[in-house]
Amino acid sequence: MNALTFTLKHRTDQRVDMSPLVCHLLKDLALADIGALTLQSGKRKLRVDELFAIDGSDTQNIIIKNSVDNLDFIGKELDGGCVSVVGDAGAYLGFGMKTGELKVSGNAGLYAACEMKKGYLEIAGNAGDFLGAALPGNKMGMKGGTILVKGNVGQRAGDHMRRGNILIEGNAGDYCGSRMTAGTIAVMGQTGRYLGYAMRRGTLLLWNQPQLSASFNDCGAHTLAFLPILFASFKPLNSRFADATSAFNRVQRYAGDMSEMGRGEVLVKL
Amino acid sequence: MIINGVTIDATFAEAFPMKATRAIITAQNEKWALISAQAMTGFATSVIACGCEGSIERILESSETPDGRPGVSIMIFAMGGKGLAKQLETRAGQCVLTSPTAALFAGIDGGIRIPLGKNLRYFGDGFQVSKQIGGKRYWRIPVMDGEFLAEATTGQVDAIGGGNFLVLAESQPQALAACEAAIEEMRKIPNVIMPFPGGVVRSGSKVGSKYKTLGASTNDAFCPTLKGMTKTELSPEIESVMEIVIDGLTKEDIAKAMRVGIQAVCDLGAKNGIKRISAGNYGGKLGPFHFHLQEIMA
Repeated sequence: MNALTFTLKHRTDQRVDMSPLVCHLLKDLALADIGALTLQSGKRKLRVDELFAIDGSDTQNIIIKNSVDNLDFIGKELDGGCVSVVGDAGAYLGFGMKTGELKVSGNAGLYAACEMKKGYLEIAGNAGDFLGAALPGNKMGMKGGTILVKGNVGQRAGDHMRRGNILIEGNAGDYCGSRMTAGTIAVMGQTGRYLGYAMRRGTLLLWNQPQLSASFNDCGAHTLAFLPILFASFKPLNSRFADATSAFNRVQRYAGDMSEMGRGEVLVKL
Repeated sequence: MIINGVTIDATFAEAFPMKATRAIITAQNEKWALISAQAMTGFATSVIACGCEGSIERILESSETPDGRPGVSIMIFAMGGKGLAKQLETRAGQCVLTSPTAALFAGIDGGIRIPLGKNLRYFGDGFQVSKQIGGKRYWRIPVMDGEFLAEATTGQVDAIGGGNFLVLAESQPQALAACEAAIEEMRKIPNVIMPFPGGVVRSGSKVGSKYKTLGASTNDAFCPTLKGMTKTELSPEIESVMEIVIDGLTKEDIAKAMRVGIQAVCDLGAKNGIKRISAGNYGGKLGPFHFHLQEIMA
């Protein structure tokens, strides 16, 4: 079976809600039925076959081609299967994703992996603000799974994050790991200001010395036994994180945010 | 059946169902992993009085352990799941948590999950840190030498305890030498342990006693000094009997261990004073697993 492929015919003026085009919702639907589904775009409803050329039949393996940055909610609540995006993705990529695999060859917009529960999200380009965060007003961001971003990420990555891994090969913006409750964010590049702002628990694993606020206390240099296990878990990834030369177990440990619970940690490679 | 001059009795070893678990202890080097493992499996020779039976299964290469350090695999067997969990936790808390540089990991991924580091984490007094990596939960407990890393749970599986065979020899040194040779070979078999000191027991027991409070007492039929006083199983030339007890995850594992052990004894043969191989059973009343010696060696 060939992957079910949606090739965008033209860019719309208004943003498009792509949430109906996920593997578990398309299961057992014929191509004609899929084409007849409607997608919200501004105040209009567009038929899928009006917007996309549809090809292939494997609904558990979806490819979205010519994708642009106004296609929102791609892979929303994805519950199994695989979605590949060729091009950019809009906001709320992988919103509330439950299981499965979601890959983007370009950049992703705001709130990617927002409140993600499980599964794997890979963004080859950059990601916008609030990666793996909670919706405004909500208290729980990402609850599980792994996000890999090969480029840079915006501000507030992992805001209210509760569990899972966010792996960033590039740089992270301001407030990275803000209000984290648990989980791990690893950043190979540089980090911005207010790192770990109001974080309660969780780990920020850094390759470069950050600019830390006064509410993080230096706990000294340590060799930590869990780091080899953590790095070993990255080995299956198509990433610099899987490279054995990237791994380390000797770190400078900072505890914080002391203005909050203070059980979080920033581990900086030595 | 006679192998190399050694008579294999037409009898069987009688074994019973148990619950088992496995844990992996790693440390900075093999020496400290072994010290920790020996402490954890100390005083675990028999469920009769120790609450469990435990021993080192094998030494692990660095490449075989979760954290890439030298390690030791240990197994613990008990009559029930609750007892097993209690023994595991108590021993882990007193022998591995306390042991310098040691870390503790699950040795069985499936089965019923029982606490390994799950409750030990409270030793961290609120400073403990949880990490979920690859679907497994680990606890990082701050201790004076750094951090004690322990996987939250390990697996409990159905197992078999009490597989055994007896080595009957013309002298005590010959019986011991034969048992040592057997243990060396049996330790190469995975999924089994020989829980007694050095893998060998010299005080095999029978069920019951003339004293009402005792559930088990010396196996007088195999005591060489009682040959003229009791209904003996020993011929005049037998001066020493030693037993090897085997606990294993499956019947096949125990049978395999018994086979290589008995073969190692028989390889020494009659010329080294080994006269017979027998086994302990209770007429089939104690356990549902019967290991017939002649079938195993066929």
